[in-house]
Amino acid sequence: MNASAQSSPAGVSVPAAKRINAISPGSNAVINVFFILYCCACLFPILLVLSASFSDENAIALHGYSLIPRVWSTAAYHYLAYDLHRIATGYGISIATTVIGSLAGMMMTALYAYPLSRADFAFRGFFSFFIFFTMIFGGGLVPWYLVYTNLFHLKDTMFALIVPGLLMNAFLVLTTRTFFQQTIHSSILESAQIDGAGEFRIFFRIVLPLSLPVMATIGLFYTLAYWNDWFNSLVFINKDSMVNLQYMMYRVMRNLQFLQANAQSSSSVGAEEIAKIPNETVRMAMCIVGMGPIVLAYPFFQRYFVAGLTVGAVKG
Amino acid sequence: MTFGRKVAKNRYLLLMMMPGAIYLLINNYFPMFGTVIAFKSVNYSVGILRSPWVGFDNFKFLFRTSDAWTITRNTLLYNALFIVVTPIIAVTFAILLNEVRNRLAARFYQSIMFLPYFLSAVVVGYLGYSLLSTEFGFINTNLLKPLGADAIAWYSEPKYWPFILPIVYIWKNIGYSTVIYLAAVIGIDNEYYEAALMDGASKWRQAISITLPQIRPIIIILGLMAVGHILNADFGLFYQVPLDAGALYPTTNVIDTYVYRALLTLGDIGMSSAAGLYQSAVGFVLVLTVNLVVRKFSKESALF
Repeated sequence: MNASAQSSPAGVSVPAAKRINAISPGSNAVINVFFILYCCACLFPILLVLSASFSDENAIALHGYSLIPRVWSTAAYHYLAYDLHRIATGYGISIATTVIGSLAGMMMTALYAYPLSRADFAFRGFFSFFIFFTMIFGGGLVPWYLVYTNLFHLKDTMFALIVPGLLMNAFLVLTTRTFFQQTIHSSILESAQIDGAGEFRIFFRIVLPLSLPVMATIGLFYTLAYWNDWFNSLVFINKDSMVNLQYMMYRVMRNLQFLQANAQSSSSVGAEEIAKIPNETVRMAMCIVGMGPIVLAYPFFQRYFVAGLTVGAVKG
Repeated sequence: MTFGRKVAKNRYLLLMMMPGAIYLLINNYFPMFGTVIAFKSVNYSVGILRSPWVGFDNFKFLFRTSDAWTITRNTLLYNALFIVVTPIIAVTFAILLNEVRNRLAARFYQSIMFLPYFLSAVVVGYLGYSLLSTEFGFINTNLLKPLGADAIAWYSEPKYWPFILPIVYIWKNIGYSTVIYLAAVIGIDNEYYEAALMDGASKWRQAISITLPQIRPIIIILGLMAVGHILNADFGLFYQVPLDAGALYPTTNVIDTYVYRALLTLGDIGMSSAAGLYQSAVGFVLVLTVNLVVRKFSKESALF
């Protein structure tokens, strides 16, 4: 909306007409109150988890989750600190797969989209259909799983977190192609060709530098897809040392013992000690630790995302 | 030009496409050919290729179970509900947001509304748990208890989930749809409204007679696209949010979760591949049909 709001015809050029047509102050107030309430509903569960993670376990046990901690405590985070090594590993795997996957995905997307945008490319029809067909028909989970496990043996490797399903998104390829068609004028390419520049040189020296906005947008889409991915881990990862951040959150929700400190304490100490493990608050602290980066980065990336979504129609 | 000459002339462009083309071959086309395993009785000891053919046996077994009906019904009903409710709410939000006088406030509301879309399904599962946990959840301890009502075991009572899942779905996804529709609303030429204003049209009248007809094509196109994918459920929503609770399967199991569980928890390749192919094949026919309808309605909006 941000980009389009500024370019809206009413925004700058004819403010008078807009003002006359504006809703009454009363309606405006009602609408504002409505959206404020809805925004509270959007944030409420997030604040609930945040509050629980800073609560005393006994207060939760007695009074349940509340918006403001009844008794403040950072015990849950101290508890997580025992597993700092494991959480750091999870972060490391998430960051590594996100960076590698997004860069590779952006590159492959641009390299596939660019020839499709060229009217003089002889195999344009075939390769357009080749990618388009994958958007309307798929083999389903089972053969896909068997290809990666039985043919390529990707189970429990970093490749399993980068390659299957996520590496290249057909929708983004077609968006990028449309962008190239609209912005890269064929006369630029022709004059480069006359100057004797090869195809790769033209692509890396002319096309890519002119396409930085769209590259940033698709990079953002890939980054989010990789960072939020838990499905590939669910399907391909059994080894505890290969667990990324999202999957670690999933495992902790299932069983708090996934965190080592808990597993150790429950084997070495008596039942009385186990009862003291702050189950609920540690879970919620884990959620905050896992969700933190996205929520903190959100204010900075969201408008680029909105701009990317409203970039225009995409056709096959 | 011969094929060989064509290849030679375009060799650099072809070379550029190779990484992507090979990836599509592995990630998408190999599995398509792999759907033949739905007609086999897979035996790992002799290998998938040499496993015996069994015709439609896997499908017979699948459709003899009550699961086939349950997962089809759940998938269709939930998706149908989402397809109907999403544009109603999102278009309303978009029109209202566009009327907010303070643009900064409107932008702020949109940003907050869009936030849940960026949370992973695992996180949404946690958020749901903080509200619904039987012992400590906010609803049981801080809403029902003060009212004197009994605690509800949300994670073992299937009857509540046809309400919970759509609420979660709307909560998570409505910001996304609102952004799309708001862009369409903002794009409407202001002259229409100026003319309506001269005729003394009220805001309500303007919304019904100008805004809705103007954005009708995008509403219909997005709706039809969703109909084409009505057999594909949002795996994260149906798997993570109910925390994979077995007691809830009657109202939370959809085709995608069924295929996943049959494959990875039961190891039943025959059944899961049959269900998967059933989903892909019917889905494909649906997409083609929907595209035909879209072409009739608006040619330039059709996928192909």
